[in-house]
Amino acid sequence: MRNITAAASAAATTPSPEAAVEVRGICKMYADMEALRSIDLDFPAGKLTTLLGPSGCGKTTLLKIIAGLIPATSGEVRVNGVPVTGPGPERAFVFQDFALMPWATVMRNVAFGLELKGVGKDERQAIAHKYIAEVGLSGFENKYPHELSGGMRQRVGLARAFAVNADVLLLDEPFSAVDEQNRRKFQEDLLRLVELEKKTFIFVTHSIEEAVYCSDRIVILSRRPGRVAQIIEPEIDRTASPDAIRRDQGYLDTVEEIWQGLKRYVD
Amino acid sequence: MTIFGYRVPMMASLLAWCLVWEIVGQLELSFLVPPLSHVVAAAFTLVQTGTWQAAALTTLNSFLIGMAFAIVVGVLLGVLMGRFPVADNLFGIWVNIFVSAPLSALVPVLMILFGMGETTVVVTVFLFAVWIIVLDTRAGIQAVPRSLEEMGRSYGAGGLRLYSKIILLAALPEILAGIRLGMVRGVKGVVIGQLLVSIIGYGELFELYSRNFDMENFWALTIILFAAAMGLSAIIENIEKRVEYYAGVR
Repeated sequence: MRNITAAASAAATTPSPEAAVEVRGICKMYADMEALRSIDLDFPAGKLTTLLGPSGCGKTTLLKIIAGLIPATSGEVRVNGVPVTGPGPERAFVFQDFALMPWATVMRNVAFGLELKGVGKDERQAIAHKYIAEVGLSGFENKYPHELSGGMRQRVGLARAFAVNADVLLLDEPFSAVDEQNRRKFQEDLLRLVELEKKTFIFVTHSIEEAVYCSDRIVILSRRPGRVAQIIEPEIDRTASPDAIRRDQGYLDTVEEIWQGLKRYVD
Repeated sequence: MTIFGYRVPMMASLLAWCLVWEIVGQLELSFLVPPLSHVVAAAFTLVQTGTWQAAALTTLNSFLIGMAFAIVVGVLLGVLMGRFPVADNLFGIWVNIFVSAPLSALVPVLMILFGMGETTVVVTVFLFAVWIIVLDTRAGIQAVPRSLEEMGRSYGAGGLRLYSKIILLAALPEILAGIRLGMVRGVKGVVIGQLLVSIIGYGELFELYSRNFDMENFWALTIILFAAAMGLSAIIENIEKRVEYYAGVR
């Protein structure tokens, strides 16, 4: 484990070339409530970075600002060096409550981003087919969302995000509405997909174990107003089996250290 | 329904009531209630007359035109009110007044404005049907999950496409329920309008039969009208069920 909190401020002034997403001085005010205070962050390309923090720390708000879904009060987000003014095709979002269209089949839901881009039917179905297989839903192409379990629905959400071939994937507590056993399996699958797809992942969670298990870098936000409290890079051997990782001393120590840091924010 | 362990088919109660009607009619207790068999026979002769066919056509025409306007205006206004608080504040109070107001009282005023013809009837249908469509559409639009809208935006649906691909489809179950309730009210509207204008369509026939105490034809007309209203409502309900099946999880 490496604690790079001190290095983070240096990174803010000299942008690292490999940062896919740069967040500069982001503040967010809701009426007179301050949600985020001057956030400076770099999200390295090809890595999975987690935003972790107590509830109400503004981690989802930050993710939606990066997505261009809500405007920041001040500050700037750049993706691949280009300032964000709204949603864009280089970013894809995975929603906490899946946000699947209940009137559309799995196939149509996964291909929806491509449909909006104007990709022809055959081509988009071929692409969707590939990603449906990749998330392990082959054979469910013509099912409707209500015929699937929570875990399977989120796999559809994930496949939809992969299908548009965005550089940056934004995941907003993707497993929080999925039951515990499915979540574990899902986390393992996600790691495999991170390895396979070589994309930049920004992942919001409130689960410390999930953050340590999945992330290359963990950004811990403090309670409202949200600020960067700590940045941790868990150095865990990902080549080990999932069960070995969960018993690894480094893994357990990191979880414990983060918990000690977060404890003061919990009532 | 089961009675003493025997399963009774759904339409059995209707048959029982028909039987009661027939018996009361045969007893000749009142000229208001002719036997049902006579009414049914009258209905069969009635639908073959040119007068009925012309009246039905006029009525259907007014109804359909009025409903078309009510659906277009109702859905548009409902979407505006559901999406924009300004529109909601501006129109909300009026929609709520009109949805519960006794609109029949307005028909004489409409006659002055639009004359003693079909236009008045069309406007009456519109006024009877439109408000509930507005309210249901508004409720449906407001119930569209925020994340579904954000999903549409983040995958590139902006402007009108956000409405056509996400918002209207997500609100479809409520919009259809509004249209069904609007249709039921529209049937009332067309008959009340025609009765008050009283020189066209079904209203004219109703007026004619009731004034001459031609109860067999009067009841025949009523039954045909009720059946038509229920049939329409059943068709929309059928569409609704299919849509709601897909919208089961939101």
